[in-house]
Amino acid sequence: MDFSLTPAQVEYRERIRTLIREVHRPEHTERQHRTGTFDSPEINRALAAGGFLERAIPGYGDGDPIELWMLFNELEKAAVPADGIAMALMVAGVIAYVGTEAQKAEFLPQVLAGDTLVSLGYSEPECGSDVASAQTRAVRDGDDWVVNGAKMWTTMAHVAKWVLLLTRTDPDVPKHRGLTFFLIPLDLPGITIDAVYTMGTERTNATFYDDVRVPDRYRVGEVDGGWRVMAVALAFERGLMGGTAAGVPLLRHFHHWAANVRDDDGRRLVDDPLVRERMVRVAVDNEVAALMTLRTAYIAATGGLPGLEGSMVKVHATEAYQRAARWFSEAAAPAALLQFDQPGAAAEGWIEYDLRHSPVTTIYGGTSEINRNNIAERHLGLPKAR
Amino acid sequence: MRLEPTEDERTIAEVFGGFFRNECPPAVVRAAEPLGFDIGLWARLVGTGAPDMGRAEAVGGGGAALTDLAVVAEQVGRTVAPVPFVEHAVACRLLDRLGVSPPVGATEVATLALRPAGAAGDWTLVPAGAVAGTVVGLVGDDLVCVHGPPPGGAPANHAAMPVADRASGGGTVLASAAAAREAFAVARAEWQTLTASACVGIITTALDLAIAYVTERHQFDRPIGSFQAIQQQLADLPIVLEGATLLTAKAAWAGDRPGRGTVDVDRADITDFPVLAGMAFLHAAEAAALATDRALHAHGGYGYSEEYDIQLLYRRARGWALVAGDPARECRRLADAMFGPVEEVA
Ligand SMILES: Cc1cc2nc3c(=O)[nH]c(=O)nc-3n(C[C@H](O)[C@H](O)[C@H](O)COP(=O)(O)OP(=O)(O)OC[C@H]3O[C@@H](n4cnc5c(N)ncnc54)[C@H](O)[C@@H]3O)c2cc1C
Repeated sequence: MDFSLTPAQVEYRERIRTLIREVHRPEHTERQHRTGTFDSPEINRALAAGGFLERAIPGYGDGDPIELWMLFNELEKAAVPADGIAMALMVAGVIAYVGTEAQKAEFLPQVLAGDTLVSLGYSEPECGSDVASAQTRAVRDGDDWVVNGAKMWTTMAHVAKWVLLLTRTDPDVPKHRGLTFFLIPLDLPGITIDAVYTMGTERTNATFYDDVRVPDRYRVGEVDGGWRVMAVALAFERGLMGGTAAGVPLLRHFHHWAANVRDDDGRRLVDDPLVRERMVRVAVDNEVAALMTLRTAYIAATGGLPGLEGSMVKVHATEAYQRAARWFSEAAAPAALLQFDQPGAAAEGWIEYDLRHSPVTTIYGGTSEINRNNIAERHLGLPKAR
Repeated sequence: MRLEPTEDERTIAEVFGGFFRNECPPAVVRAAEPLGFDIGLWARLVGTGAPDMGRAEAVGGGGAALTDLAVVAEQVGRTVAPVPFVEHAVACRLLDRLGVSPPVGATEVATLALRPAGAAGDWTLVPAGAVAGTVVGLVGDDLVCVHGPPPGGAPANHAAMPVADRASGGGTVLASAAAAREAFAVARAEWQTLTASACVGIITTALDLAIAYVTERHQFDRPIGSFQAIQQQLADLPIVLEGATLLTAKAAWAGDRPGRGTVDVDRADITDFPVLAGMAFLHAAEAAALATDRALHAHGGYGYSEEYDIQLLYRRARGWALVAGDPARECRRLADAMFGPVEEVA
C-alpha cells in the first residue's frame, strides 16, 4: 500500500487549512452552541467562492473523493460546524448519482453556491432503525404526488431549503419494495416544522406533511425504487462525509488544557502516567479512524460504493470518541463538569460538551447495532437474525 | 496513494500463504510445542529465501522492502507458524546496516533482544532467544552482538515461544551512544511492525475459525451464528481487522521511506516511522487479543479444549506481543514523542 499524498492533494489540504484559519472565528462556534444549528454559513460561502464545493460532490465533475475526505477531515479536526454543508453535499452526491438531468441542473448549482442547505427526512416517530417501514404516504394524483405523514429528527429543516424525503408509495408489497424518494422544497404549502432540542445542544426538528402537493419532477430515482437510493445515500454518509474525526479536536483541547493545569499533587496533569497512556490510546484510535475513513474515500475514488467500510469506520470512530470523552472527563474532573463560559472549565468547556455530544454519535446515521447487523449479515454471511 | 495491496504484494501473499498452508497445518504447530520452533520448517523456509528477502542485495539478500516482509509476517501469523521469521529478518537487517552481516542462506537464527540488558548483563526472555545463535541488543549505552550456541530449550510459557535469557558478556560492541540508540530504535520499530502484521494474520484466521464454527454448530435447532448476540460480538472482528491492517501497512510504508516523518497529533498528521510502528503494534496486538477472545468464546467449551485450534491462536495473540513488555510502557514512550517529555520535578 502507499499512503503518500500527491503534491496536488497536499496543496489542496493546505488551501483548506488556510481558508479555515482565515474564515473561522470563535463567535461561529459560540453561535453553534447557542442556536444548536451545526452549520457555518461563512465557511460554506468561502468554500463555494474558493471552488471547493464542486470538487467535493461525490461522483460529480472532476472531484476526487480523496479531496472530499480531506475537506471534511480538516473541517472536523478544526471543530468547524459542518453538518449543514455535509448533508447538502451528500444529497448533491445522491442527485449526481441517480438524479435526472433536470434535477441536476436545478439543484446542484444551488448547493454549489454554498447558501443552500438540505435536510434528510428518513426517520419517523414510529421508525428509526427500521427505516424501511416508513409510513409517510405519497399518492399519485395526475402529474403530482400528494404527501401525508410525519418525520422525526429532520435536522437542519429550520434553515434548509430542501428535504430529501423517504415516502411509502406502495403499502401492499414487502416494505423495502414500496418506497420512493423525493427531493422537495421545504416551503411547499402543507409543511410544518417544530423544533426538537437535544442534550448535546444540537437542535433538530419534527416535520409534518399535510396534503403537500409535490410535482413528479421532484421524485428521485424510480417509483418504488427508494431502497436503492438509500444505499447510495448511506454509503456517502457513513465515513466519507465526516463524523469520524471528533476524537482529534477532543484530544487537542484536552492536551492543551492538561499541559497547563496541575493536579492535586502539584504535578502537571499531562505528566500523569495514566493520562499519558490514554492520550496515546486516543491518538491511536484517531489514526485508525482517519485511515478507515480514507479507505472509504479510496473505494469511492476507484469506482466502488463503500457501504460496509462506512459501517465499520462509523462503529469504530464513534465508540472511540465516547471512550475518549469518558477518559478525559475523568482525568479532568471535576473541572470537566463545567460548561462553556464558566471560569475554570476544563478546555473552556469542550470536555463537558463532548461528554454530552458523544452519545448521539452511536445513534444517528444508523446505530452501532444496525451497523454491526450489516457487517454480520452482509460481510460475514451469517444468517439474518431478524 | 494506493490503499489496497500492489500486484507484488498480492503475489508474495499467495506464494507464502500457500507455503505455510501446506507446510504448517495446525498439527505442525502442536508438534512444535512446547519449544515453539520447528527446525525442519525453518530450513524449508530458509530454502524459499524468505528470511533473507529483506536483507541488502550487496550481501546477497533480496533487497525487499519492509512492506514485503510485512506480507510474509502476516502469513506466519495466519498459521501461527513456529518459526522466528520476524526476529531473524529484523536482526539481520540491523546487522547488515552496521556492516556485520551473518551469512545469507544459513539456517542459524539471529534475533533482537527487545529490552535492554539488566544490571547483571543479561537480556531476559529474549524472543527466539532459545534457538538463536546471534543476539543483538542494548547493554547500557552500547549496542552489543553475541554469538554462541543457543540454549535450545525455553521456560514453559503461555504461547509456546522459544524465549530464553541470554548473557551479553563477551559480546562485540557494534555502536555506542546516539548511534546505538538510533540503530536499535529502527530495528525495534521494524520488529513492532512485523509483529503487528503477524497479529493481523492471527485476526484473519481467528475470524475464519469463528465463522466456520458458528455456521456449523447448532443449538436450539438453529446455527448459533443466527443468534444476534453472537453476531454483534463477531461483527467487531472485521472492524479491528480493517483498522489493524491499514495502520500496520502505514507503519511499513513509513519504514520504507528515508528520514524521519512528522508527529503532529493536534492535526492527526503522523508519518514518522518509529511512532507509527509503536501505534500499529499497540493496536494490532490489542485487536488480536480481542479477536481471539471473541472467537474462542463463540466456540463455547470446545474453544477451551486443546483439540480445537482457536486456543493456539489465543495464546500466541497475547504472547507474541507481551514479550515486548507492558503496553502501557509503550504508550508512555509514544507519549514522549507525541506530547513532549514529562516535566522534571525540582
Ligand atoms: C440529534 C439527532 C439527529 C438526527 N438527525 C436525523 C436526520 O437529519 N434525518 C433523519 O432521517 N434521522 C435523523 N436522526 C434519527 C436517527 O437516524 C435515528 O435516531 C436512528 O436511526 C435510530 O432510530 P430510533 O431513534 O428510532 O431508535 P430505534 O430504532 O427505536 O432503536 C432503539 C434502540 O434499539 C436498537 N435496535 C433497533 N433495532 C435493532 C435491531 N434490529 N437489532 C439490534 N438492536 C436494534 C437500536 O440500536 C437502539 O439502541 C437523528 C437523530 C438524532 C438523535
